[in-house]
Amino acid sequence: MNELEEKTEDVSMDAVEDGQKEEQKAEGDSGLGMGVLFFLVAFVVCFLSCWLLFPKVLYSEKSQPFNFNHRLHVEETGDCESCHSFRDDGSFAGIPKISKCLECHDEQQGDTKDEAFFIKNYASKDKEVPWFIYSKQPDCVFFSHAAHVKAAGMDCKTCHGDIGDSTKCKPYEENRITGYSRDIWGKSIWGIKKHSWDRMKMDDCAQCHEKETGEKGSCFQCHK
Amino acid sequence: MTKEQNKRKKHVFGMVIDLDKCTGCGSCMVACMSENNVPFREDESDKKRSITWMRVYKLTNGKSFPDTEICYLPRPCMHCGGHGDHGHSPCVSVCPVNATRYGYDTGIVSQIYTRCFGCRYCMAACPYHARYFNWWDPKWPGEMEKYLSPNVSPRMRGVVEKCSFCYQRYQAARDKALYEGRDEIEENEYQTACTEACPAGAITFGDLNNPDHMVYKMVQPDPHHTRKPLNPKAFRLLERLETNPKVYYISEREWVRKAGDNYIKGEWEKLNKNHGKSDE
Repeated sequence: MNELEEKTEDVSMDAVEDGQKEEQKAEGDSGLGMGVLFFLVAFVVCFLSCWLLFPKVLYSEKSQPFNFNHRLHVEETGDCESCHSFRDDGSFAGIPKISKCLECHDEQQGDTKDEAFFIKNYASKDKEVPWFIYSKQPDCVFFSHAAHVKAAGMDCKTCHGDIGDSTKCKPYEENRITGYSRDIWGKSIWGIKKHSWDRMKMDDCAQCHEKETGEKGSCFQCHK
Repeated sequence: MTKEQNKRKKHVFGMVIDLDKCTGCGSCMVACMSENNVPFREDESDKKRSITWMRVYKLTNGKSFPDTEICYLPRPCMHCGGHGDHGHSPCVSVCPVNATRYGYDTGIVSQIYTRCFGCRYCMAACPYHARYFNWWDPKWPGEMEKYLSPNVSPRMRGVVEKCSFCYQRYQAARDKALYEGRDEIEENEYQTACTEACPAGAITFGDLNNPDHMVYKMVQPDPHHTRKPLNPKAFRLLERLETNPKVYYISEREWVRKAGDNYIKGEWEKLNKNHGKSDE
């Protein structure tokens, strides 16, 4: 006679131990409850830790060499194009080189710490500032600023957002696998896009192109 | 580009190569490789492995001295319009991932390296051997990497590449035109590297859709017959496959024009009674 059979015999024979049986049943119920609770807690813990940890694992945060106050500069110069200008051949210069900065900053203009740092480490040495570029696209992408800004008359904000109104440089989040900025993929892990400047993926280009021109365009329009 | 601009007349960029002028010097090949960051190997003699977007072939008339004649034939990508010139080029129609597409605005067949996954179906489909496979990651010796053009993305191992008619030059020319508020680019603003490099002036490049352009005047493409050349001295390679290439060749020599396609015995003579045009 094995153990299981012994047990069942015991239970069926001892009617007196009914109360004990009920107790056993209650114990089983609470065990199940604990199991469900444990599963839920573990699920929530795993889900949240991954939700919060995953971006930290995927993206390494880097800070810019020093803080750049866009709002202050826009107030002084009046527009974006004073610094982010086109070259004569129609190509876009993007982030200005140090020579452009030196047009005004040959000596200290204000009294901020960041400017003092800039003057000391870069301007006085005529050294380029190693900025991280939030909107840097892969090598295979050709983006014509002239076509968008000059020909189609778009403003900078449509793609770059409220950067001109910012007082601080946000941390540059670099994708450890691809090496590109998180601003390309977008902040939202769900992929939800609220503004036109939330993401800079090919789909986002195609979405706007389809809306504005009626077609997505040929591959070579934006690739090289 | 707005919807109105989209409706404007499309470009059909094409090339005319005068084979009587070509000396076979290979300048076009060199210019092409340096313009387009084409990788090379230590030993370039194995032509099944090496990559040459623009390649000069040597043709002979097969006769013995003193009647021997040779002709050098530079061969870029033909940027075929496909049957009926609808954009169904041999390579485009077989690509399973849309890595190569026909540009309806320019007539240029694109190749997107980041999209290509290297099945080489297009290489099998191309009748002109214009496509090449990267068997290895490109390696440039020493400091040479600094001389690469930033306007052309370098390729990686495992993708197919081919001549793009120096598309980056079109992009740059268009950028300049848009910046200056012009809607169209001038003929001389967009020229391929091989065209500029040819010391004999054998290569001409331009818009086959624009009667003012030199290429149009030279070959007189027939717009009603998928741009077949009306100039009897002009021909296209493997014309009867109906791939509708945008690269035309010109030669005064009959044997050279005959070498542009495969003819059964007596067929060429029969076709030629009709002023160089086929019977259809």
